Amino acid sequence: MNTFGWLQIVIYLVVLGLLTKPVGIYLTKVYGGEKTFLDFIMRPVENLIYKLTGVDAKAEMNWKTYGIAMLFFSLVSSLAVYAIQRLQGFLPLNPQDFSAPSEHLSFNTAVSFVTNTNWQSYGGEATMSYFTQMSALTVQNFVSAAVGMSLAIAFIRGIARFETQNLGNFWVDLVRGTLYVLLPLSLIFALFFVSQGVVQNFKAYDTANLVEAQTIEKDGEKQIVETQTIAQGATASQLSIKMLGTNGGGFFNANSAHPFENPTPFSNFIQMLLILIIPAGFTCTLGRMTRSQGHGWAVFGAMMILLIVGIVIAAQAESSANPLYPAAVNQSVGNMEGKETRFGIANSVLFAAVTTGASCGAVNAMHDSFTPIGGMVPLVNILLGEVIFGGVGAGMYGILIFIILTVFIAGLMVGRTPEYLGKKIEAYDVQMAMLYALIFPLIILGLTAVSVMMPETGLNSLYNQGAHGLSEILYAFTSATGNNGSAFAGLNANTVWYNSALGFAMLFGRFFMIIPVLAIAGNLAQKKYVPPSTGTFPVNTPLFTVLLIGIIIIVGALTFFPVLSLGGIVEHLQMLDGKTF
Amino acid sequence: MKNLVTSILIVLIFTVLLGIGYPFAVTGLAQILFPEKANGSLIRNEKGELVGSELIGQTFTGEKYFHSRPSAAGNGYDASASSGSNLGPTSAKLIDRVEADAETLQSENPSQKVPIDLVTTSGSGLDPHISPEAAEFQILRVAKARNISETDLRKTVAKFTEGRQFGIFGEPHVNVLLLNLELDKLNNK
Repeated sequence: MNTFGWLQIVIYLVVLGLLTKPVGIYLTKVYGGEKTFLDFIMRPVENLIYKLTGVDAKAEMNWKTYGIAMLFFSLVSSLAVYAIQRLQGFLPLNPQDFSAPSEHLSFNTAVSFVTNTNWQSYGGEATMSYFTQMSALTVQNFVSAAVGMSLAIAFIRGIARFETQNLGNFWVDLVRGTLYVLLPLSLIFALFFVSQGVVQNFKAYDTANLVEAQTIEKDGEKQIVETQTIAQGATASQLSIKMLGTNGGGFFNANSAHPFENPTPFSNFIQMLLILIIPAGFTCTLGRMTRSQGHGWAVFGAMMILLIVGIVIAAQAESSANPLYPAAVNQSVGNMEGKETRFGIANSVLFAAVTTGASCGAVNAMHDSFTPIGGMVPLVNILLGEVIFGGVGAGMYGILIFIILTVFIAGLMVGRTPEYLGKKIEAYDVQMAMLYALIFPLIILGLTAVSVMMPETGLNSLYNQGAHGLSEILYAFTSATGNNGSAFAGLNANTVWYNSALGFAMLFGRFFMIIPVLAIAGNLAQKKYVPPSTGTFPVNTPLFTVLLIGIIIIVGALTFFPVLSLGGIVEHLQMLDGKTF
Repeated sequence: MKNLVTSILIVLIFTVLLGIGYPFAVTGLAQILFPEKANGSLIRNEKGELVGSELIGQTFTGEKYFHSRPSAAGNGYDASASSGSNLGPTSAKLIDRVEADAETLQSENPSQKVPIDLVTTSGSGLDPHISPEAAEFQILRVAKARNISETDLRKTVAKFTEGRQFGIFGEPHVNVLLLNLELDKLNNK
């Protein structure tokens, strides 16, 4: 990769670092119920919503009440998304006359968007009407992100507060996150994206007369193609919240590789920035709310280091030549299969690392066509638990689990009761943290194993053979369970088995992991303050950052190294050996 | 029970506010501020017929046209079915395709190695661009077919070559459709 490639990556990381503090301060204000500069317009809307819904904004909830409210909201949301899809044929704004998606696809999509996964077993421009994209999918892009942020804030409150049951009010957190953070930013960036060339209209698909008519072979017969159908739609409005809320579900099948969904290198830069600004800001919010700014930065440091390592590995891998290509091809640029000319290698690998470090899942290049090692970077980023900044909110509560494990292990090493920001970490907290850490691989590896053992339902969906085929299935369940949504997209997932199994993986990966998170938050909030002593392991030092990284890598590597060696690692060796499948 | 009612009400309110109000507001503003871009950066010929979009590539096979990259969208550059090939690096299908394309291209211009983008499909299958190297590779063939000098042709190519955005972002690229339309226009004069 050339100097310009590295320069773009450095600029990205620097800008992200500079935005972390202002975003973090703003998030702290929003969730602290403080006055913000948007109060003049949003406060009346907020109060109106409480009035219409009968929410008592002053009432606080304990962890169970908070969790139940969240579960009810997610259930109603899923039903709404399912219903809108099934009724698509009768609803307006459907110029292409798309009929309703099948039951299993509608189920998969409903779960997918409500859990902030945005896995897509369909191609947007050939399946979903404008009305479905707007009123079902765009809405969930907002609220599933707001739910994730609420949970992270509830967890941070659990750490910051002492001797209380109260974690905040779910409805208030949901509404404030949406109105003060997601909506205003989405509106501004949607217009920015249109200025770059992203489409935003409700018209029927256009038909252009090709400059040069083409003869193609279809079903063994020659046909002359004289026109090109150009898909349109209300893309920009969905695009900005897709990135900002780390949702990742494309308006078009090709997601952010599509020129209408990501027209210029600058639109690409902003998209990558939108993915990480809220998750990065949360590290600062953590520091401020717990009155330990240094801790926030120590966590930021760990995430940043892991992100950079992934980027460098992927950049090296994608810049190298594929030894299987003929000698007549000039491969000095690197692996361009599945990548766009305007983005090149640097922006494709940066996007891949960012979208999987966070639980975004938007793509601007096809991960399935990455080199074996390059393709393992996005996969490993998700397998590490999406804590490399992570999804909006989800990344924060994910890293907090790893932090609890880190202080626990550090405590064991020196033989003292582990403490975290003035609280004793006890058996219950560690048990819940381990539950969180175990559910994740159990779902991924279990469902991957089951799929691999079923030749008809499992393996017939494969598009690539050999070790790469295993990676396709592993990636699918990893992406679903991690609520990421990106794919090794060769796998045909629009089957009864995959739509259902991936649907359940998404549900379990979201809600089974949220429950232990809330349980820890509730338990922490009750604890008494323990003043730090000389034996307290400080959580605001570089040593802590190093230990945290170590724990994340050890937990991830111990769990997933065997399956990775059967997938990407063996494929890399086979590629060097000149084998094709 | 109260949770259920509150959930239903909030989903309804947000569906109206975020699912209808917000996209309509963005569409309204976009149509006023950037009408051409919001509608797909469409290109029309002198007769007013739609011939494509600046942002969406098309297939070209004739000798007198610059060729786009191979495409995995539908039967090639199908802008209602965007898609990458999703072929992995050890896929026999991929290697066979690259070998066949490389052989054809090399026979057109044996003086240079084939640029990688001319034998690989893009992520969207609709990539409107090729690299400046890929345009240079095709100059020989196009100049001969159109009976114009290579120098003149290079000048036209340079007109449709975009550098890095703000001098930093992305990679230099040539818009194939705009370039070919310009060449046709020049020939008609």
